[in-house]
Amino acid sequence: MQFPILSLIVFAPLVIAVLMLLYKPERKTEVRVTALAAAIFELVLSGWVYLQVYLNSATPGYQFQEKYSWLPALGISYHVGVDGLSAPLVLLTGIVMFTGVLISWGIDDRPREFFAFLFLLAGGVFGVFVSLDLFMLFFFYEIAVFPMYLLIAIWGWKVTREYAAMKLTLYLFIGSVLALLGGLAMYFTNYQMHGTLTFDMLDLEKAGFSQAFQYLWFLPTFMGFAVLGGIFPFHNWSPDGHVAAPTAVSMFHAGVLMKLGAFAALRVGIMLLPEGAKQWVWLIFGLAMVNVVYGAFIAMIQTDLKYVIGFSSVSHMGLVSLGFATLTREGMTGAGLQMFSHGVMTALFFAAVGMVYDRAHTRQIPELGGMVKPLPFVAIAFIIGGLVSMGMPGFSGFIAEFPIFMGVWQTHWFAAVIASISIVITAAYILLAIRRSFFGDLPPQFEGHIGAISVLDKVALGTLSLIMITLGLFPNLMVPMVSSGVQNVLRLLGGA
Amino acid sequence: MDFISTHLLTTILFFPVLAALVIFFLPGDQVKTIRWTALLASLIPLGLTIFLWAQFTQTAGGFQFQETYPWYEAIHSSFHVGVDGLSLTMVLLTTLLTPLAILASFSITDRVKAYMMLFLFLETGMLGVFVAMDLLIFFVFWEIGLVPMYFLINQWGSPKGERELWGGMKVSARNYASLKFLIYTMAGSLGLLLAIQMLGVLFQNYDLAYLYQQWNALSPDTVLMGMSAATVKTVAFWAFVIAFAVKVPVWPFHTWLPDAHTEAPTAGSMLLAGVLLKLGAYGFLRLVLPLYPQQSHDYAGWLAFLATMAIVFGAFAAYGQKDFKRLVAYSSINHMGFVLLGIAAAATAIGTQDATIALNGAVMQMFNHGLSAAGMFFLVGVIYERTHTRNLDDFGGLFPLVPIYGGILIFTSMASLGLPGLNGFVSEFLVVRGSLPLLPVFTAISMLGLLFTGAYILKGIRKVLHGPLNEIWAHGEHRLTEINTREIVVMTPLMVLMLFLGIWPMSLLDVINKAMLMLFSH
Amino acid sequence: MSLNFLAILPEIMILTVGILVLILDPFWKDENRRVYLGWLTAGGLTATLIVALLIGRPAEAALAFGGMIRFDMLGFVFKMLFIFGAAITALFMMDTAKIGGRAEAYLLLLAATIGMSLMASASDLVMLYLAVESTSIPMYVLAGFLLDDKKSTEAGFKYLLFGAMTSAIFLYGLSLVYGFTGTTHFAELAGYFTSPNLISLGLVFLVVVGISFKVSLVPFHFWAPDTYEGAPTPIAGFLSTASKAAGFAVLIRFFLTVFPQVANDWQIILAIVATLTMTLGNLIALGQTNLKRLLAYSSIAHAGYALIGIVANSKLGTTGTIFYLMAYILTNLTAFGVIMAFERVTGSSDIRAFDGLSRRSPYLGLVMLVAFLSLAGMPPFGGFIAKVLVFAGAIESGWYWLVVVGILNSIIGLYYYLTVLKYVYLYRMEGEDEEAHPLPVSRPFVIAIVVLTLGIILIGTLFAPWYGFSNQAALSLF
Repeated sequence: MQFPILSLIVFAPLVIAVLMLLYKPERKTEVRVTALAAAIFELVLSGWVYLQVYLNSATPGYQFQEKYSWLPALGISYHVGVDGLSAPLVLLTGIVMFTGVLISWGIDDRPREFFAFLFLLAGGVFGVFVSLDLFMLFFFYEIAVFPMYLLIAIWGWKVTREYAAMKLTLYLFIGSVLALLGGLAMYFTNYQMHGTLTFDMLDLEKAGFSQAFQYLWFLPTFMGFAVLGGIFPFHNWSPDGHVAAPTAVSMFHAGVLMKLGAFAALRVGIMLLPEGAKQWVWLIFGLAMVNVVYGAFIAMIQTDLKYVIGFSSVSHMGLVSLGFATLTREGMTGAGLQMFSHGVMTALFFAAVGMVYDRAHTRQIPELGGMVKPLPFVAIAFIIGGLVSMGMPGFSGFIAEFPIFMGVWQTHWFAAVIASISIVITAAYILLAIRRSFFGDLPPQFEGHIGAISVLDKVALGTLSLIMITLGLFPNLMVPMVSSGVQNVLRLLGGA
Repeated sequence: MDFISTHLLTTILFFPVLAALVIFFLPGDQVKTIRWTALLASLIPLGLTIFLWAQFTQTAGGFQFQETYPWYEAIHSSFHVGVDGLSLTMVLLTTLLTPLAILASFSITDRVKAYMMLFLFLETGMLGVFVAMDLLIFFVFWEIGLVPMYFLINQWGSPKGERELWGGMKVSARNYASLKFLIYTMAGSLGLLLAIQMLGVLFQNYDLAYLYQQWNALSPDTVLMGMSAATVKTVAFWAFVIAFAVKVPVWPFHTWLPDAHTEAPTAGSMLLAGVLLKLGAYGFLRLVLPLYPQQSHDYAGWLAFLATMAIVFGAFAAYGQKDFKRLVAYSSINHMGFVLLGIAAAATAIGTQDATIALNGAVMQMFNHGLSAAGMFFLVGVIYERTHTRNLDDFGGLFPLVPIYGGILIFTSMASLGLPGLNGFVSEFLVVRGSLPLLPVFTAISMLGLLFTGAYILKGIRKVLHGPLNEIWAHGEHRLTEINTREIVVMTPLMVLMLFLGIWPMSLLDVINKAMLMLFSH
Repeated sequence: MSLNFLAILPEIMILTVGILVLILDPFWKDENRRVYLGWLTAGGLTATLIVALLIGRPAEAALAFGGMIRFDMLGFVFKMLFIFGAAITALFMMDTAKIGGRAEAYLLLLAATIGMSLMASASDLVMLYLAVESTSIPMYVLAGFLLDDKKSTEAGFKYLLFGAMTSAIFLYGLSLVYGFTGTTHFAELAGYFTSPNLISLGLVFLVVVGISFKVSLVPFHFWAPDTYEGAPTPIAGFLSTASKAAGFAVLIRFFLTVFPQVANDWQIILAIVATLTMTLGNLIALGQTNLKRLLAYSSIAHAGYALIGIVANSKLGTTGTIFYLMAYILTNLTAFGVIMAFERVTGSSDIRAFDGLSRRSPYLGLVMLVAFLSLAGMPPFGGFIAKVLVFAGAIESGWYWLVVVGILNSIIGLYYYLTVLKYVYLYRMEGEDEEAHPLPVSRPFVIAIVVLTLGIILIGTLFAPWYGFSNQAALSLF
């Protein structure tokens, strides 16, 4: 038996979370050090998994599989494994966790609870990404959702945190139970058809559900998860949530959690109900288009830096859904890459915005300015993030968006034309935001009040920036494995 | 050495980036070290390019020094670079102008480190476009070059000046100009991006040689996306044309250029006019004509019309300017119009001798304009640094005060004007010679524009150097100082080349001609 | 050992504990020694639990005492639940003022537990009625135990009045059943209700009314909030968990054994009742400012969820209901436990009083978090898997609309549970000096709360054995 590395990845954060709660509340430094050590550990593990999957991307299917029965009577098993689509997301989670801990070093109000909840969240996220069992996926999905409420409500931005946290939790909860309903329907239908009770997705993939069944259940299942992916018109929770959340949580939220929704929508919605996907794809496609264009327009008129990023996330996650909805190799590969790229990018954005806000105590773009002088490193990082966001070639955003557009060309060419408008709009608002907040004159009230960022912050920003550039220059570091993952999806869709 | 000779192009291409990374780790207050590092670093690609030129087999057509590396296998794009005579000329222009621009920037004192890094990034971005043999790689570099330029204008542009937007909101002029530059170019390239995507989807390949062949082999009756291939090609043709026309820039897409030039720092203007505008023209030659011979032929009249408008309006507008730098900026529009005219003429009758002559003229004009525009912008910068004004009415009679500067200015202006014996004459003559039989009317009108070229250049010289002396510059704290050695060093290679190419154009034309024959042999 | 003995082994042991309490009461007059009564009760119940689990498990279902009780897994699992609940309640009672030192309180608790155990295994109408009454009467007394407290007295009386009335209706229903069939035995009764008709419908209705009161289903829930609020808090906790589960035990056994043939009739009635119960409970809970009242309404709502599994009328559904009750008992006892521990120090269970709880006592805050998230149905806590199971049961039987109602209700539930956590975690005490107001928690509470919290997590993560129990219990009826 091979070493259960995936289980280690999933459960280490949960165990650490519990252990941290056993510290005395006053021992804040110990808590932070523990958190950082654990995050590095997770990063190394997830990096290793990524590397292994990358090296084996020629072999299709899931790797590092572990399967133990959990509730055999009902066919619930603990079944984990990664493929080319999930391995980058596991790595992404590791990265965001690591940088998130670095960024959160300065949290002074109950850091013990903060890191414990954050790790609980991380454990849930890892769990979803590696799940090959539908029940287990729901289980971890919910674990990932509820710590969000506490993290936002307790450590969030005082003005909107209660409202935003509740809104977010309710939206996501509604979505997830909707999807759960779909999952249970699949489970029982599979039982009626084949006489075996199983939640194992590898078995459910082979169930061969009828057209009518898939037609009926695809939409609730897909949309239920897609809520977390920020799909229009259920995207509303996301910018509010981003804004209200503390920095590290925003990073997790936009960087990883939204991917969770998109990933689960793909894994459960499209992969288990491929025929339904084919029938409903027009709707998903249309909604994703709205996401892309509408999100960009709304982002343009925001004055709060975090709202700008929040709506840009809506727009960019729309590209992910769009990529899925093309049901083509290019589109899905692009969507897979976009999930990773966008995750790193928004993490960087929110980290940078958080650093500015911590010092200037405002995120209103008109009130900011000239931040490049006191915070040059942050400015550079933000600019790099901006370039990724604009889909500038040479950065990961381009690598991801280009194939998505190629996919769109193959399905509805005019949509590519419309969606491309968002690129220019994105460029406009990102550049405006960069210029207004980081360049120009430093407002007099900030003179001498903007302290430099710490080494830890620099490490975090540097790591994130470097990843995006590296991926942008050497797409082959990720693309083959994502393609191999997509291959599996296409197989289920009956394509090549 | 072996590595360099087998990876010559990639070395040239990425050396500036490496240098920029080195500079990144230098301490920010060691301004001198940074400047000299940047200069030396930019001289090495120049040296390598000269070596490349020497190694280049002129008699052999086609692309040489090709290198291919896997890049984005999933969508069948590879990192494929190579040069032919056309690219080689442009690579030389770029590697030549970059060190000069860096040398010209020694007067910059604000955030030197970032400035120099951006310049080196810019160089790589520009070079990449010229050597790319993969459509996607072409686009990557095409876009990437925008970023350093944006920040150069935005951050190191002239700090004064305001622009009123609609709604009465006032923004600083450099912000306005830089954003306009970026948005124009990006919006212009959108069509290009989409067309590239479409090509990629159609052929599952981005290699230029492959695309030339396959795309042209496509029967016009093939149905693509519910339309005939001919329609699709026409739309894609215009998408390409607009992207490149914005960059050239061609009337009526030119309005970003005067703003960008006016606000850009001197060295930025040098590269902007010297190389960046050539990217657009290069795009016409490398992509539009070979990929769309039929459409180019069909719409050559339109292109010629745009070119003529650029020439005439550019000249008129230049004449009307009071700002010295704007004057030079509009002159660029005027000169680049000739490039497009040559291209349009060639499009009407590809393969004929006239067309080849016109193309040779266009390419040479690109090179020449690179030299003269860079020189002119630098000279404007020189005087601006001393007087902090660019208003032509503020100057006057400066020749006696700064005779050397005056001489250089006159020499460069003459090259720009197209004085026989200097380079500008050769290329413009070739363009006109080639175009006249093919597009007589447009060429005739353009000749009218040429007349005004003389007018505005002479006006510039007169306003600055001659006429009554503005006493402010003669005495006291505003006393004008002569051009210094560093600045002369910047100008010397430019002037030498202007003269050399004017006298012995064949040195360059041979290379160009081969490439043109190869590219448009059918 | 004889079947009859094994069948009532737990009851015998509980009775023994009760007698011990009575005997030892006079010897422990000293104030410091009164807590021994509590330890004795809790310890005795735990011993009962262990012994019963070790040797008292029914191999296969069998009738004992001439068919009065049925010795099967269903009854056994429920008995274990009641005993566990009673043991925890005894721990809670020990440090509660005016009740902790009173031997009769423990005795009443034990008596009620015996009654519940018999309810769970009764398979004869007469036995059933006796068991119900012997559960109810001690509970009436316990609810009104604090004689000098008006609210407690009111709680006791209200409970008594409602209880007496519904008992009468129940009894009337039972007598009609006997009248129509001439038998009191469940298994024989089943033979008489083979096709749906008006009579069976009416009978179902009357029985439902009787039991609805015990499990506080709408519209027979009115007593619950007032009683929970007024009764001594440990008793309220016991009422809302074990007592409710006992009602469910009867409901499950009665409907699945007596009326299996007329399922269509009672399924729809129960479905409507479940809908009303969930919706009303949750909606009213939204507006509560007292945590005990909030839990009262929430426990009404939870009765509705649990009912969904019975409506499904299937193995999975029944298993789900039993599992649900297990998780619910653990969770609700935890919630009440935290409130008691808190109330003991502060004297208030108003929601505003919980401001800054997590700063005053981080662990109490965490336990509160666990309990309320489990109530809301979040993994990795018991409430999640429990909800999934009852919903799965309903989906399997095609009750989609009921599941949708359940889901909508969970959303409302999530809202107010999270709101409570906001007080605990987010808001601060007036003056923001939480450190100056520590919350000492006494040892019995610590033991009880730790056991319960671990239980919630255990049942929510390693659910296979618990599912196994529930499933065996359910299977004993099919």
